[in-house]
Order: sequence, then structure tokens, then C-alpha cells
Amino acid sequence: MPGLNGSGPHPEKLHPIAAIVRNESGVLARIAGLFARRGFNIDSLAVGETEDPRYSRMTIVVRGDDKVLEQVVKQLNRLIDVIRITDFVETPHVERELALVKVHAPPGRRGEIIELVEVFRAKIVDVSRRTLTVELSGDADKVDAFIDLIKPYGVVELARTGRIVLARGRERALPVPQPAQGQKEEQEEVAQR
Amino acid sequence: MSTATKTKEKEAKERQQARRPRKRSGAEAVVEALKAQGVELIFGMTGGAIMPVYDALYRDGSIRHIIVGHEQGGAHMAEGYAKVTGRPGVVMTTSGPGATNLTTGLADAIMDSVPLVAITGQVPTTLIGNDAFQETDVRGITTPITKHNYLLKSPHDVPRAIAEAFYIAGSGRPGPVVVDIPKDVSVGATDASLPQRLELPGYKPPYEGHPRQVQRALELLRNAERPVILAGGGVIHAEAADELRELAELLRVPVVSTLMGLGNFPRDHRLSLGMPGMHGTGYANLALHYCDVMLCVGTRLDDRITGKLDEFAPQARVIHIDIDASEIGKNVPAVVPIVGHAKPVLKALIEGVKRWDSIPDWTPWWGQIERWKREFPLRYREKADVIAPQRVIEELDELLDDDAIITTGVGQHQMWAAQYYTFTRPRTLLTSGGLGTMGFGLPAAIGAKLAAPERTVVCVDGDGSLLMTIQELATAVNYRVPILEVVINNCALGMVKQWQHLFFERRYAESLLKPPPFDRVAQAFGALGRRVERPEELPGALKWALREAEARRLPVVLDVIVDPDERVFPMVPPGGANARFIPSDPQELEPEG
Repeated sequence: MPGLNGSGPHPEKLHPIAAIVRNESGVLARIAGLFARRGFNIDSLAVGETEDPRYSRMTIVVRGDDKVLEQVVKQLNRLIDVIRITDFVETPHVERELALVKVHAPPGRRGEIIELVEVFRAKIVDVSRRTLTVELSGDADKVDAFIDLIKPYGVVELARTGRIVLARGRERALPVPQPAQGQKEEQEEVAQR
Repeated sequence: MSTATKTKEKEAKERQQARRPRKRSGAEAVVEALKAQGVELIFGMTGGAIMPVYDALYRDGSIRHIIVGHEQGGAHMAEGYAKVTGRPGVVMTTSGPGATNLTTGLADAIMDSVPLVAITGQVPTTLIGNDAFQETDVRGITTPITKHNYLLKSPHDVPRAIAEAFYIAGSGRPGPVVVDIPKDVSVGATDASLPQRLELPGYKPPYEGHPRQVQRALELLRNAERPVILAGGGVIHAEAADELRELAELLRVPVVSTLMGLGNFPRDHRLSLGMPGMHGTGYANLALHYCDVMLCVGTRLDDRITGKLDEFAPQARVIHIDIDASEIGKNVPAVVPIVGHAKPVLKALIEGVKRWDSIPDWTPWWGQIERWKREFPLRYREKADVIAPQRVIEELDELLDDDAIITTGVGQHQMWAAQYYTFTRPRTLLTSGGLGTMGFGLPAAIGAKLAAPERTVVCVDGDGSLLMTIQELATAVNYRVPILEVVINNCALGMVKQWQHLFFERRYAESLLKPPPFDRVAQAFGALGRRVERPEELPGALKWALREAEARRLPVVLDVIVDPDERVFPMVPPGGANARFIPSDPQELEPEG
């Protein structure tokens, strides 16, 4: 199908998508498999429990045009384990990514590196004779910029979490479903036993 | 105390008891959950990991079980059952090879939206991941080919998982669901009850279409000059054939039925144009190509329908009704997307049309369609000394009543059946459309006949297709399932051979077969068999077969030797535009070399 792999007439964009999914084994494989099977490209994927332990939040950054995104959202919605999907590209949101960067830092260059760390409000979390490990969080652009600047010193190892995203404001963009009345009673009943 | 209150109290007490059942094994809970779903028939094959469930079935004794020759056959039987009844078919297998043999059936069912519940045994949870004997990752393997699947971890999961599996398989866009049950789960004890209600927050099948979109669809239709309805298998799943007919008759608009949709609209109706696509009628393809408004209902608009996508219906503004939102706009952009169940959406359109003060006059458009019908009729040549395969279908069409069920394999015979048989009712054609599964026909016919013993069931098969699942003849004989298996025998993988003839300069690479004598094979299985070679024998042989099958309560195989050079036309060359179909055999006048 034309456009599915980003060759269509619409411009390619990076879309942060949040999916509330059932917190059960096999769900991640299901979603990863869907992306592979349908030829969707993932830039990053971050998974963690939500405020309700029955559900996880997956933040997936998808690369593609609007048509691809439409299919990604529709296909994800078909999965029984997926409760809700939001595409944040048009929604005001805050996003953060965490990176750990182990940088080559011989004694003579440490000063410069520490300066950079301060400018970015990053933190040094580990020191060895020849390296510094820096913890940095921010939006993806900030993390990219830091890595770009630190590269000339020699990046020994790099770990990034991938983005996590929440909608701005008081509203819950992805209200986690509340237990239904019947289930509440059942739970109480079980508790009384 | 009044009797009413007493009854109420009694009911409440019973409910209370029903909610807290006695302890029983996971296997017994499986049987109980199946019975709660009204399951009357299971197709399957036992084996190590599923034995506890079979033991529970045996001790219960109320569900009929059919031992199949091969699990793929079991899956197709369950599909046949499901396609005839509209209820989920049930297939049961053991772990490992039992489950992997199911995969073709599951893939077939997801492509054609067939409700299926497959229960598979699994090695004990303590052994999962150890490469134990007959262990395979069934959930992993079946994830891309099921609507949903379960790997149960505890006997307490059984009642809920089975109830959910049936609900998911049968609702919304139907599909197959696998419940993989490790042996310790079926042996372990549980007092978990059947759920009072299902908790599936991520699954809400749509029903009514959005009123604004319905309104927009009505406006498009009203202003159309050359409208066409393209109706697919979704109309059949939705039991919406009556609504489709009412809408088409109200509007007096031509109806094109896809392969999976054949029977959703009577083929002998004056508004029917038959099947579109690669082997569709010329007039159906031309009507789709030149229409200005296309009302699509319950169709995926897959590549065999659209041909070259860029040139499909270039002037059409598409209204697309589908219960699966992901199908809308996937292949063909829709001007009016309507996510909903075909029945209420068509009803809403009917109500809307009834409020119009007049129906637009589409006489010029019909004039054009009638010209196409005269110019491109379905036709084939008959030879005096050899049976034309299309003739077999036409004979069946004359002999069988409207209620009869036709199943098919995949290939030329399937297309001839689709072209030359007058399907007038839903659920009378059971065929493998999306996956194109050779070998589908015989087991599907067995499942269909067991679902509807009072109806005539005929499998129109190919010699190549039949060989893929021929072991199920034993099943049909053992359970005395009187189906008619008509082999359109051209000693070839005919459709492959046709492509080689047309597009590979007649290099018949591995497409010529030497099938065994199917009549004698049938007899060896204990079925009735007869070989038919002469055109004049054909009507008598078909009548004999239909009569004898019912009289002897046995399957009958007719090995009909047909013209090996006959090809399926019209044909849209693969990758070509629908409007540029080849109307009839270009080699027709040339002697075969």
C-alpha cells in the first residue's frame, strides 16, 4: 500500500503516542509484533505501570505520515489489550526522556565537561579515573543537543529511556477505566470471605 | 409472603449458588463453560496435554465430538459450522503439532472473519519455556493470526477466559480466538464461577453508525449520477441481506457482491451484477470503474477486488461502511466513513431514503450497464467430447435448491463456482477468500453438513485442493456425513497453469499433477465414488450422487474429468486495472499446442 512505509504524499513526522494497555504478560510482544508485521517504524518505546497497577502506559514514538499514523492508531485499537490510544502530535503535552551518558574524561578535560553538565542542568552520577557518567533528563531535543556537544570528548556508552509524555493541564487525557460496579461488589465479597 | 417474593428469593439463592460453584478441575470448568455457551459440537483430536479436557468431555457426555483426520481439517470443519450457523465453531487440539497444525485454519478464519474458538492443550506451566515434549509457543505463533488469544496460568482463569473467547470471537468483526490451557491448569482445582459480566474495557465493538455520516452518505447517494453498491461478506456476518435488498430495491441501484459476499444479494435479481475483481464479470468491473458514488458495505476492498489501486474507480466518491475502523481508508480513501454494524447502518440509510420525495432517475446509467451486460456476458465454449468445467457448475445450479450449500477449494474451480452458480441466499457459499486455502472445501463441507443435516451440501473441489485434506473423507465416512464431493479434475494446479499459460510463456513449472483415481480412493475410504468422463453422463451422475448420498448416509465423490485447457475468464491481469480485463480466452480459436 502506498504511503504505509512513509513514501506517501504526506510529510513524515515523529508522533508520540500513548497507549494504556492491560498490565499482563504478552502484551508488549503483541504490540511490538503488530508494528513489525505492518511495517510501522518505532523510534522509541517506553513502558511502565500507571496510577492503576492493572494498566501500563506505553509511550511509543512512531515515525510516519498522517496516513501511517491513522493506521497505527486504528490497528492498535483493534487489540483487545489496548484500552486507549492518544496521539500527542496535536495535543499540548510535556515530554521527558532520561539519558545516562558515560563520557571519556581525562583529568585535563573534566572542567569543560562539568561546565557543560551544569549548563544542561544535568548531574554527574558516577566518576572513574578516565570517565564521568552523566544523568540528563529533558525533552528529546535537549538530550540530542547534549549528546551532540559531548560527543567530541568521546562517548563510551549511552543509554536512553525513550520519551514519556503526559498531556498538559488538569485533565487526564487517558482516563484509566474504573472498576465497574459489579466488579467492586465482587472484590468486596472476596475480601469478606 | 407472596409467591412472587418467594420465587425472587429462590432465584437469588440459586444465583448465589451459581456464583459459588463447587470445586472442580480446570478441565471440568472448560466443559462447563462450553456448555454455558451452548456448544453442541466440537471438532478435534486428542493428545497428551489436552487429555484431561477430553476426559472431562467424556465424563460429561453431553457435547458431541468429531475426531478429525488432521487438525487443519478440524479448523476448517469448525469454520464450515460457523459460516452456516453464524455461531463460533469450536476446535480442540493438543499442544505442539496439534496446535501448529491449526495455524492454517486460524489464518484462514482471521482473513475471512470467521468466528472460531480453538482450545489447545499446553505443557504444564512448570515446563513452559523448557522445550518440553510437544511444547510450542502457541500464543506467540498464533498472535498474528487470531483476533485474540490466551495462555491460561491458573485453573481460576478458565471460566472467564472461555466466556471472553466466545464473546470476542462472535462479536464485532468475527474472528478466531485461541485459549491455550496448560495441563496443570486443566488438572488443578478451582471454584471460580462463570463471570456475571465481562470486563473488556479495551473491546467495544461499534454498532450504530454516526448519524451525521449517515446523513452525508444519503446526500451523496441522492446527488449521484452513477451509483453502485459494493457489498461484501460483512453483510452476511451482520445478517443484513434483507436490509441490503430493501435499500437496493428502494434506490434501484446495481449491487456488486464480492466473493465473500456472494449470497448477500440474490444473483438472479435484476439489480445484481455479480462478482467484481480479478475474475469478476466485465459489467461489474466496468460499473465499479465508471461509477461516481460507491456505497461499500462490509468489504475490505482487497487487491483481488480493486486490481491496480491507483486506477480503481477513479471517479468514485466512496462511502465505506465497516465494523472495523481500520478497514476504512486502508486501501481506498473514503469520502464518507461509517464505522458500524451493517444492519443498523443500512436500516438508517433505508429510513433516510424513505424520507426522500422521489428517487433519482438513473435510467441513463442503467442503459450503459445493460449495454455492458450484452457486450460482456459470462460465456465459455463447449466441446462435444470433453466436459467443460463451467458446465458442471451449471448442472449443479439447476439440480440444487436455493438452500443448498456449496463449499470450494481454491483455484479455477472456485472461480467457476463463483461465476456460474446462482447464489441467492446468505451462508450458501463457504469458500476461502482471503487466505486462499487449498483443501478448505472438503472439511468445510463436513462442518456445514453437521451444522445443517437437513440441507444439501456439495463441495466443488479441484484435484489439487482435494489432495491437501483428503484424509477427512475418513471423518465423513466414520460419522456418516452425506456430502457430495465433486472434483473438477483437470490433472493440474489449474490456476497456476493458467497464469503460466498467459504470463510465463506456457512453461508449466511444477503445475501438472497425476492425481490418483479419486473414485477408487473414495471407495477404499468406505465412501461412494464414481468417475465421470463424458459430457452426456454428467447430469445422471450428479443426480445419482445426490440421491445415493442421502439414501446410504455416506459421502459421495464424483471424479469429473474436465477439459484441462479450459481457463477462467474474464480476467484482470495481476497488477492491471480492472477496467482493462480480458473478456474471454484469447486462445479460444487457436488449437492447443
